[in-house]
Amino acid sequence: MTLFDALARGVPRGPAKLLAIDWALILLLCGVGAAGFLMLYSVAGGSLEPWAGAQMLRFAAGLVIMIAVGMIDIRFWRAMAPLAYAVSLVLLVAVDFMGVIGMGAQRWIDLGIVQVQPSEMMKVALVMALAAYYAWLDPGRVSRPFWVILPLLLILMPVALVLEQPDLGTAILLLAGGGAVMFLAGVSLWYFAFAFASGAGLVALVLASHGKPWQLIKEYQFQRIFTFLDPASDPLGAGYHITQAKIAMGSGGLAGRGYMQGTQSRLNFLPEKHTDFIFTTLAEEFGYVGTTMLLVLYALIILLLILSAISNRDRFGALLTGGIAMTFFLLFAVNMAMVMGIMPVVGVPLPLVSYGGSAMLVLLGAFGLVQSAHVHRPRGGD
Amino acid sequence: MLLGIQAGAVGALAWRMRDLQIRQNEHFSLLAEENRVNLRLIPPPRGIITDRAGRLLAGNRQNYRIAIVREQAGDVEAVLDRLGRIVAIPPDRRERALKEMASRSAFVPVVVVEHLTWDDIVRVSANAPILPGVIPEVGLSRTYPDGHATAHVVGYVGPVSESDLAERENPDPLLQIPRFEIGKTGVEAAAEEELRGEAGTLRIEVSAAGRVMRELGRVEGTPGRDLELTLDLALQSYAMRRMAGQSASAVVMDVRTGDIVAMASAPGFDPNSFVFGIRSPEWNALLNNEYRPLSHKSVTGTYPPGSTFKMTMALAALEAGVVSPGDGVGCAGYTWLGNRRFHCWKRGGHGRVELRRSLSQSCDCYYYEMGRRLGPDRISAMAHKLGLGVAHELPLPGVSDGNMPDAAWKEAKRGEKWTTGDSFNYGIGQGFTLASPLQLAVYVARIASGVALKPRLLRKVAGVEVPVEAAPALDIDPPHLERVRDGMYAVSNEGTAYRSRIVDPTMVMAGKTGTSQVRIITAAERAAGVTSNEQLPWNRRDHALFVAYAPYDSPRYAIALIVEHGGGGSAAAAPIARDILLYALCNGLPPLEAYPAEQRQAIEEQRAAEPPASETGAVTVPARDRA
Repeated sequence: MTLFDALARGVPRGPAKLLAIDWALILLLCGVGAAGFLMLYSVAGGSLEPWAGAQMLRFAAGLVIMIAVGMIDIRFWRAMAPLAYAVSLVLLVAVDFMGVIGMGAQRWIDLGIVQVQPSEMMKVALVMALAAYYAWLDPGRVSRPFWVILPLLLILMPVALVLEQPDLGTAILLLAGGGAVMFLAGVSLWYFAFAFASGAGLVALVLASHGKPWQLIKEYQFQRIFTFLDPASDPLGAGYHITQAKIAMGSGGLAGRGYMQGTQSRLNFLPEKHTDFIFTTLAEEFGYVGTTMLLVLYALIILLLILSAISNRDRFGALLTGGIAMTFFLLFAVNMAMVMGIMPVVGVPLPLVSYGGSAMLVLLGAFGLVQSAHVHRPRGGD
Repeated sequence: MLLGIQAGAVGALAWRMRDLQIRQNEHFSLLAEENRVNLRLIPPPRGIITDRAGRLLAGNRQNYRIAIVREQAGDVEAVLDRLGRIVAIPPDRRERALKEMASRSAFVPVVVVEHLTWDDIVRVSANAPILPGVIPEVGLSRTYPDGHATAHVVGYVGPVSESDLAERENPDPLLQIPRFEIGKTGVEAAAEEELRGEAGTLRIEVSAAGRVMRELGRVEGTPGRDLELTLDLALQSYAMRRMAGQSASAVVMDVRTGDIVAMASAPGFDPNSFVFGIRSPEWNALLNNEYRPLSHKSVTGTYPPGSTFKMTMALAALEAGVVSPGDGVGCAGYTWLGNRRFHCWKRGGHGRVELRRSLSQSCDCYYYEMGRRLGPDRISAMAHKLGLGVAHELPLPGVSDGNMPDAAWKEAKRGEKWTTGDSFNYGIGQGFTLASPLQLAVYVARIASGVALKPRLLRKVAGVEVPVEAAPALDIDPPHLERVRDGMYAVSNEGTAYRSRIVDPTMVMAGKTGTSQVRIITAAERAAGVTSNEQLPWNRRDHALFVAYAPYDSPRYAIALIVEHGGGGSAAAAPIARDILLYALCNGLPPLEAYPAEQRQAIEEQRAAEPPASETGAVTVPARDRA
């Protein structure tokens, strides 16, 4: 058997793994990342400081991490899944006691060298844990009530913890990402129907708790929901963000107002213009053409991931890729819907574009897992 | 299936994007532009006001002030301390500035002190290195160089108040500028629209926080229009000086044109205090002064005209034919009406009195009789014809219409019938009658000229002459007017005002004295003997009035003068009126030869004792700090 046969039919070894990496995916990720650098440079008034330069360094570091993670055998990661989940969960508990307060919420934990956001790690760890669980579980049993309880617990424990922080956006992402893995694993649709029904009930309960002593979410989160329902009610107060974001996007038109010519962002009418609302600056300066191009990049990434998941016969790798694809999809879809005023403002950044190191490193690490699944997928007919 | 959901979601996002960016693009572009561009108003320079010779009455002055920008100052308190060692900062100003700084964005300059001198600015600029964030600024502020003399006519400006805005239907956006000055009284208020001008605009780009990023465009405004008044500042100042120490008012009118050459109300006040922001001790001093320095007595003060009204009675009686010039009326010192006695001012009576002597001796009984013969309606009609009881149109606020009642007026106001006793009182200018000094001046000018003169205060607007309408002749038989003028000649040259005559044959005066009661003399008082004015408290004394014109044969100026609670018109009012009239005729202090020989020495002494030209008897509070 020649080396060529081994490469064609089996899992590559050594440096040959580099060739097996999904380079198209990396190219697309770099495209999205570049859009981010461009916008961060613009919102800083045409300067690498303070955002674009740091973002580039982190992106480069993230790419190295991704490739490194991709080089490691997928079985190792499957073995690591319970540990990753456990560590993330412990850290989530820890932030409740020693977390640094940022923007009114306890989200960060200081590890000495870097500050990490355990909820970011949990997004990936949860998907890993669920994928590992279903890879282990006999596919015939997935819809049995007993075997549904454990994954539900795996999802709901971190959800409860991030809600406690409180971080509504991440809670939604965890719920949807975990649900997606269960769905891909083939859990009966009746469970989802039931979950939707009880979810609707929960929303009703949360809304009913407003102003009561047992109020379930913070007052500002209520305000966000209310202003989402009627942004005009308070144009200079809580509705200000949405109104200004819409003005920025709407004034972009077809081709945009030109790079670094967006008055809304340059004159600080846009809130959080380098993080959650960076998409509005892109929309203002590059118009419909720019936003559509970014949307197409994202869609192509999702397409690649889904195709990779479908074609992967390793159940762990397929579920992992599918779950990460769903999480990634939710990140950009929720962010865009949020700044466009389709959804309440829940504080979800635009993946790989918004400024923020922790989120990007974790996300590129997750893509590393996808690469690992891709590189180490079973090949040939046996 | 998951792929389908995701494709659907991406499609929905793209569709929503299209909706926002393509369909509603115009709408949102407009909103973005509105966000970005601010219009700032550039206040136009206010029109200046001058007298008829072009002397400045109200002008604009550089107002040097010092502002602090909080974000540049750093430690504001320390900078203020250091600034305080260079220019005086009153504690209340400092407190106000600190409060304002706290409530505004850090980059907004807040004015700490204003109305500084150029020297102050130079010293502050020289110390700039230790005064971070301190900016010297210059703006325009109103100034009244001879404010004391003209304060009532010219008025003053002050910052726009809430009530100023409330009473305007559609306020000029300029009025929204903080501390923008508008006219509060006098011509400044009445001609506000002319004087203000139109705002220029400055288009600027601002950030969300309101910081100015750059200027986009500038349109200069239109300056306000300059006004030239008919006043003669020298005469006006002289009148104020001559009335110093009294609560008095004088109006001098050009008989040929109706121009008001002097309109003085004493005591005066300093209008500049109001521009600086008047302090409460001064404000209280002005408010509590019983001479009412803030009141524009010439047009808003109304008084019973007393005997100065008798020309109206004479003309009404001659026109109605109820008396002829030679008809005599007996005066025993009183007239019976039923069981009530109406007294003549002269206890012993005047004996038989005909028209000429009725004026020169100011016989009350004669005019009781005229009142009885005429009845109120014919008196009222003649009074209105002569300019009494009408509000004359002048660019001044609160011009009074006085009161020249007829029978219907009393019926409507009091619900009572007009009585013959009312007619008696009407006859001597008492009772319900009220007239302002302005009205009395118009009244005398009309008698002197024979035409229905209208008073004029605005001479030129923006350099263009305000046309003088040719006044129509009064609807009065000229010989009747001639009889009354002759009576007035007699007053000044033979009768009650003989002591205040002018002997220069080219300037001979014709006038009429008046003394109007402000209290009712009871029978008991009269029995105890007429109480002299000097024994009464000031505010119960009679008003002294004098109206006159000169020269008698070719009238040039008419004057009406009232000294509030001054006592008798011949003693208190006539000498002052003569001096002012002579000053007007001679365009300065008259030669002593104009006065009767026996008075010349006294006049000379009086002139020597007169206050210097700068002293106008205005009410001020000394040692004020005006920073």
